[in-house]
Amino acid sequence: MLCGLPRPSFAALWRKTNAIKTSKYNPFTFLPLNLFEQFQRIANAYFLFLLVLQVIPQISSLSWFTTVVPLVLVLTVTAAKDATDDIVSKCVLLFPVLRLRSEKWMDVQVGDIIRLENNQFVTADLLLLSSSEPLNLVYIETAELDGLYNLKPAVSPLSRTLTYAGQKYPLDNEKILLRGCTLRNTEWCFGLVLFAGPETKLMQNSGKTTFKRTSIDRLMNVLVLCIFGFLAFMCTILAIGNCFWEMNEGSQFMVFLPRQDGNNAAFSAFLTFWSYVIILNTVVPISLYVSVEIIRLGNSFYIDWDRKMYFSRYNTPAEARTTTLNEELGQIKYIFSDKTGTLTQNVMTFNKCSINGKSYGDVYDYTGQRLEITKHTDTVDFSFNPLADPRFMFHDHALVEAVKLEDPEVHAFFRLLALCHTVMAEEKKEGELFYQAQSPDEGALVTAARNFGFVFRSRTPDSVSIVEMGEERSYELLAILDFNNVRKRMSIIVRSPEGKLCLYCKGADTIIYERLHQSCSKLMDVTTEHLNEFAGEGLRTLALAYKNLDEEYFNQWKQRHHEASTELDNQESKLDELYEEIEKDLLLLGATAIEDKLQDGVPQTIEQLSKANIKIWVLTGDKQETAENIGYSCNLLREEMNDVFIVSGNSPEDVRQELRSVKRLYHFKRTLGKGVKLIADELVNGEYGLVINGHSLAYALEGSMELEFLRTACMCKAVICCRVTPLQKAQVVELVKKYKQAVTLAIGDGANDVSMIKAAHIGVGISGQEGMQAVLSSDYSFAQFRFLQRLLLVHGRWSYLRMCKFLRYFFYKNFTFTFVHFWYGFFCGFSAQTVYDEWFITLYNLVYTALPVLGMSLFDQDVNDVWSFQYPQLYIPGQLNLYFSKKAFFKCALHSCYSSMVLFFIPYAAMHNTVRDDGKDVADYQSFALLTQTCLLFAVTIQLGLEMSYWTAVNTFFVLGSLAMYFAVTFTMYSNGMFLILPSAFPFIGTARNSLNQPNMWLTILLTSILCVLPVVTYRFLFIQLCPTINDKVRMDLLPKQHLPPPPLRTRIRRTSSRRSGYAFSHAQGYGDLVTSGRFLRRPALSGSSGFANIGRTTTGFSPMGRSAGYSPTGRPQNAKVPDDTTNKAILHKNILILYF
Amino acid sequence: MVKEEQELANRPDNTAFTQQRLPAWQPMLSAGIVIPGFVLIGLAFIGIGVALFVTSRSIQVLEFDYTGVDQNSPCFKCSDPKVLNCVCNLNFSIDSLFKGTVFFYYGLSNYYQNFRKYGVSKDDVQLSGDLTNFKTPSDTCSPYAYDSNNQPIVPCGSIANSMFNDAFKLYQIINGTNTLVPFDGKGIAWWTDYNIKYRNPSITPLKNAFNNTVKPIFWSKPAYELDTSDPANNGFINQNFLVWMRRAALPNFRKLYGRINEGDYAQGLPAGNYSLEIAYNYPVLSFDGRKKVVFSNVSWMGGKNEFLGIAYLVIGSMCVFMSIVMLIVYAKFKFPEEDGVPGH
Repeated sequence: MLCGLPRPSFAALWRKTNAIKTSKYNPFTFLPLNLFEQFQRIANAYFLFLLVLQVIPQISSLSWFTTVVPLVLVLTVTAAKDATDDIVSKCVLLFPVLRLRSEKWMDVQVGDIIRLENNQFVTADLLLLSSSEPLNLVYIETAELDGLYNLKPAVSPLSRTLTYAGQKYPLDNEKILLRGCTLRNTEWCFGLVLFAGPETKLMQNSGKTTFKRTSIDRLMNVLVLCIFGFLAFMCTILAIGNCFWEMNEGSQFMVFLPRQDGNNAAFSAFLTFWSYVIILNTVVPISLYVSVEIIRLGNSFYIDWDRKMYFSRYNTPAEARTTTLNEELGQIKYIFSDKTGTLTQNVMTFNKCSINGKSYGDVYDYTGQRLEITKHTDTVDFSFNPLADPRFMFHDHALVEAVKLEDPEVHAFFRLLALCHTVMAEEKKEGELFYQAQSPDEGALVTAARNFGFVFRSRTPDSVSIVEMGEERSYELLAILDFNNVRKRMSIIVRSPEGKLCLYCKGADTIIYERLHQSCSKLMDVTTEHLNEFAGEGLRTLALAYKNLDEEYFNQWKQRHHEASTELDNQESKLDELYEEIEKDLLLLGATAIEDKLQDGVPQTIEQLSKANIKIWVLTGDKQETAENIGYSCNLLREEMNDVFIVSGNSPEDVRQELRSVKRLYHFKRTLGKGVKLIADELVNGEYGLVINGHSLAYALEGSMELEFLRTACMCKAVICCRVTPLQKAQVVELVKKYKQAVTLAIGDGANDVSMIKAAHIGVGISGQEGMQAVLSSDYSFAQFRFLQRLLLVHGRWSYLRMCKFLRYFFYKNFTFTFVHFWYGFFCGFSAQTVYDEWFITLYNLVYTALPVLGMSLFDQDVNDVWSFQYPQLYIPGQLNLYFSKKAFFKCALHSCYSSMVLFFIPYAAMHNTVRDDGKDVADYQSFALLTQTCLLFAVTIQLGLEMSYWTAVNTFFVLGSLAMYFAVTFTMYSNGMFLILPSAFPFIGTARNSLNQPNMWLTILLTSILCVLPVVTYRFLFIQLCPTINDKVRMDLLPKQHLPPPPLRTRIRRTSSRRSGYAFSHAQGYGDLVTSGRFLRRPALSGSSGFANIGRTTTGFSPMGRSAGYSPTGRPQNAKVPDDTTNKAILHKNILILYF
Repeated sequence: MVKEEQELANRPDNTAFTQQRLPAWQPMLSAGIVIPGFVLIGLAFIGIGVALFVTSRSIQVLEFDYTGVDQNSPCFKCSDPKVLNCVCNLNFSIDSLFKGTVFFYYGLSNYYQNFRKYGVSKDDVQLSGDLTNFKTPSDTCSPYAYDSNNQPIVPCGSIANSMFNDAFKLYQIINGTNTLVPFDGKGIAWWTDYNIKYRNPSITPLKNAFNNTVKPIFWSKPAYELDTSDPANNGFINQNFLVWMRRAALPNFRKLYGRINEGDYAQGLPAGNYSLEIAYNYPVLSFDGRKKVVFSNVSWMGGKNEFLGIAYLVIGSMCVFMSIVMLIVYAKFKFPEEDGVPGH
C-alpha cells in the first residue's frame, strides 16, 4: 500500500523512525555503560576508592572481599533495576498498526503511508490523505493533546508545500493528525507520516522534567557529608594515637614485630589513617542507598496495589509514577489544587426547581419523609418524549405530572428554558440532538427543558425552533439582551407562532427580584424560601421571569435600540439603559437549582486534610464567583470564617492596598528581619479566607510584592486564586517553595496544571476522562480527588514513618558496628585491627541485618489506616520533620556511641584474664571477636524489635531468621570442612564450638543486650509518660480499643450557606451577538465544507466548556468580545474536531 | 458478569499483603509491661549476679610477677638481656589446700599480640602441613618468611618467631627436699587447633619435611624438636606452640602452660612450701612488658572474673530502682486519658 511516494527518497531525506529512543543500552554496551554510570554515583565511587586502598598491602586492614562482595551485590541489583527499566521503556512503544502488513509503531518511518482504524491512537504526526467518511472527514478526539496550545509551539512545518507529480499541494493545520489523538467514528483513514518519534509535536511540547528529590534525600546527602567528616575525624584521632603509640611502645616492641619500613612514627600514622578509613567505612554503608530504593519501591507498590484508591467507574487504580518520593507524601504542608475536574466533576446537573411557588426535585416516601437520593432512587421515565436525552436523570415524578397536566406555569417555565439561552444545537441524525453550550450551566438547563418536553431543536439568526410537547414551533427571535457581569442576567424577546410578543429573562435572583412586578410579592416570598433551601445544599440558583410585551412599545423600543447600537459614543451605557427599561415589571416564574457536581467526598477530604494541618490553595482558571462558590461547597471557605478577603485590584497600587488592609486586620506585627529567607507562619486569631483574582495575582507575584502576598496568604486558612494562567499556577507554587520550608503538592487533571505539577515537590494527576498530560507529568496519579487523603494520611504517613525509622535504625546499627573498632583501636596499638571476623564484616549489612530492617520499613505501621483517618493530626509530625532530622541523627549517633561502648567494654571486662571451664584459652582474639559480634547482633536485633511497632509473621520470620542465619553461617564458616577447603580464608575454625559452649559467654551476651536496650526502654517509657507525642497519645488511646471496630467516618458535613446566585458562573459575555449575527450558523450542519465543527462531547451530551472558557492562554479576559470566527472555534471545538481533506 | 469482570480488570488484588492488612502483634511500651518487666529482669539479674559472684569468690588464684624489675625479685639477675641461660627460683608457700585441678598459666602484659601486622604474620596453609608453603611461605609472614640466606623459615611469621620460651618446673619443698610437681603440658590447646587446624606434614621422620628450611630466628631449636619425647606433641602440634599461636585479644593476657593433675597433686596443691624454677629466656623489659605466672583453679563459669557478677548485681539493682522511679512517674504523670488526643 505504499502509494505515491517511494520510501527510499524520504528515508534518505529524514531517516527518522518512530521509535522514541528512551532506552539507553543494547546488550553489548550495557555492562560498560551501566558500570560507568554507576560509578559516577559518589557512593559507588567511594567504595571503588576503598577497594583500591585495600589492595595496597601496607594499608589493607581488611581482605578485599569485605568490600567486593557488597559492592558487586549493590552493582548487580542496580544494574538489574536499570536493565528492567530499560526493557520496560522499550516495550512501551510497541503499538501494532495496520499497514500493508502490520508493523510495529516503532518501525514506522517518515514518509510511510499508514492506515489507521477506528479508535486507534495516532502515534505520529500524519498528513491526512483519505478516509472512509464522506468528503474525507475524520473525527478525532484530542483529549491527549488538551491544552497543547498552552505549551511552547513546536517548529511549525506546516508552512511548507507538498509537491507531487508536478503539482503543489499546500499543507496546513487542518490536514494534520497529531500524535496523541485518537481516531473516532471513522472507519479508516490513510496518512502520510510527516514527523515521527521525538520530532512529533507532542514530544516536542512535553516540556522538560526536572529531577525531583525528597527533603530526606537532601538531608541524607548533608548527613553523609557530615559522616565523611566524622570518619576523617575518627581516623585522625586514631592516626595520632598510632603516632604516639609508635613513639612510646611500638618502637620498643620491635623485638617481636620488626618494621621493614623502619621506625617512622609519622609515616606509620599516615598509613594507619588510611587503614582506619577502610575499617570504619561502614559508617557510610554501601547498602544504605540500595535499601532506601527498595523501601521506596515497596511503598510505591502499595500505592499501586491499594484497592481503596481504585476507581471502578474508570477502571483506574492509583499509580505511583515515581518511586523516589514516597516519604515526602508524609510531609506535605501545602496543597495546590486545580478546580475543574479535580474538585468538581465538571458536570452540571439540573437538580431542583421551584415553579410558581412549588418546589420540585425532592423525593418523599408515603409518610412524607424526605428521602436521600441515591443511585437506586427511581428515576423519572421520559419515554413519552422521543427527543429526551437518556442521560438526564430526575427523581421527582411530580414535575412530569405537572407538565403532562399542562400546567401553564410549568410550561412557561420550560419554554423559557428552551428559548432563553445561547446554546447551539446539532442534529446529526434525526432525533439525535447534541447541544454545544457555552457554559455548562446553560447546557444543563436546556437539557432539562428538552427532557420535560420543550426541546430546543435549532436556531437561525432570527428564529428559534423548539418542539413543545411534540409540536414543532418556531419563535421569531427579536432581540437578545445579552449577559454581562454587571447585568447578571440575560433576556430574549421572541414572537410566538401565535404572534404574541414575550420577553423571557433569567438571571441572578437578587437582580431579578429588583425587577419584578409588585403583583408577585407573595410568590417571591415562597420562592425566596426555596432559593435559600437550594443554596443551603450548595446548589447554584437562577431566577426566571417573563413579561408579555406590547407590540407598539416594543417597536418603539426596537427603534431606540437600533439607534443606540449604531452610536459610537457611550454605546454600552446607552444599551444598558435600554435593557434596564424593558426588563422591569417582570413576572416571576420560578427558580432553578443546578449542582456543579463535586467529586465524591471532596468536602470530607478537605476537612480531613485541614485537620492534618495541610493548607489548601485552589488555583483555578474559573471566574471568581465560580471559584468562591466551589470554595464554599467543598468546605474550603466556611460561613463561620471570620472574614473572606477578596483581592481583585487592577493595578499594583490597588493590590498592595488590598493586601495591606487585610494584614491590618490581623494586627500584623513585623517580625521579619532583613535577609531572612524563610518566613515563619504567623499565628492569627480566627479563621480567614483569601480570594485573589488573576490580574491581582500577576501584580502580587511581582518581586516587590510577593513577600507581602505570601505572608498574607499564609495567614489565611484557605486561599483561592481564580482566573490564573498555567504559568501563574507554577509561579505561586514556586513562591511558596522559595520562602517556606515546606513540602508542596500540586494536584490537577488538565494540561493547564502541568506546569504546577512539575513545579511542586510532588505532582499528582487526576487520571480520568480528561487528557493525559497532567498524569504524564505527575508523580502520582489516581482517579478521584478523595483518594488524596488516603495517599497522604495513610500511604504518605506510613512511608515517611517507615523511612525515618529505617534511617534512624540503619545509622544506629552501622555506627554501633563501627564504633567498636574505634574503641578497640586503643587496645591494639591503633593498628587498625578489626574487632570482628572479616566474614562477619562482609555479611553484617547484607545478610544478618538486612531483612529485619527491610521488613520493618515495608510493613511497619503505628496505627492502621482507619485510625489514621480518625486522627488526621498524626500527620503533623511529618510536616515538622520530627522523625528524622539532624537532631534525630545526632541522637542516634550518641545512642550508638553508648551501645558500642557497652559492646566493647563489657566483653573486654568479662573476658579479661578469664579462661574456659576446662582451663583453656577463651580470651584469645578469635573468641573475643566472636563474642563481640554476637553481642552486637543481639543488641541491634533487640533494638530493632523495640523500634518495630507492627510485628507481622513476616517480620518475626525475618528477625528470628536472621539470627538463625547468623548462627548457621557462623558455624558453617568456622567448621572443619570449610577450613580444609580453604585454610587461609577460614582461620576461625572451631571458634564457635569452643567458646559458645561457655556459660559466661552467654551471660555476657545477655548482659550487653540488656544494657544496650534498657536505657532506651526507660527513656522512651518516661518520655511517653512525661511528654507524650501525638503518636504516643493516639496509640495509648487505641490500646484498649484496638480490637473494636472503628467508628464510621462522618460523611455528612454541616453546611450553612448563604445564597449564591449561580448565574454566569462559567458564562461569558458576547454570545448573544454571535447568535444573532449568524456567523455561527453559516456552516451547514453536516456538510463539513467549512473546517471545524463540533459534535459535542459524547459522554455528556452537551459539551462542558468549563476549562477552555475558564482561562485563555493569551491572558485575554474571557468575556471580552470574541473577535472573529477562528478564535471562536478554538475556544469551542476542543474535544472533538472534524478534519477534512 | 463477564463484562463486569473485564471492567474491573485493573482492580488490585484483595490480599492482606497488598492491602497492608497483615495481621500483626502491636506491642507498646505500656506501664503494664515495662514496670513488671523491669522488676523481673532486675530480680533475675540479682540472682545471676549473686551466683556468679559467689562462684568467682570461690576460685583460688595465686599470681607472681617474675619479670625481675625489682632488685629484690629473685629473677632480677636474669632481667639483664646479656645474661644467657639464666635460671631463677621463685619460692612461695600455700597455707591451705589449693583445690585441683590446678592450672598453671604464664602471663604477659603490655604485649601486643593483637597488633594487626603481628596478627597476620603467619601462614595457616603452611601450619596445616602443606609442603608447598614450606618452600614458599606466604607474603604475610614477612619479614620472617625467609632468612638472610633466602632460606624459607618454617614456621614463618612473627607470631611463631616470638614464641614464649621460658620454661617452668615446680617443686614442692618437703622437709628440705624438692619433689617435682609435674605439669601436664598436653590437652592445653583447643581440640580443633590440635586436630584440624595445625597439622604436621605426613612425612616420617618429621625432620625430613623441614629439609631446606630454617628454624625461626629466635628459636633455639627447630619445630621438629619441640618435644622429641612425644611425636604427638612435636612439630606444629606441640601444644605450647598451639597455645602461643592462638593470639590474645588484649595486650594483657595469660596462657595455659600446664595442668597439675597427676599423682598426689590431682586433688590440688597441698599446703606447704613450693619453689618454681624458671628458665628465664624471654625478653620483655625492652618494651616495658611484664611476665607473671598464675596458679588457678576453675569453676563452671571458667576462671576467676568478678566483673560479671558485680555487673549483674549492679544492673539488677538499677533495674529494680528504675522500676520504682517509673512507677512513681507513672502514678504521678500518667497522661489523663480523658483529654487524650486533641481534637478528638
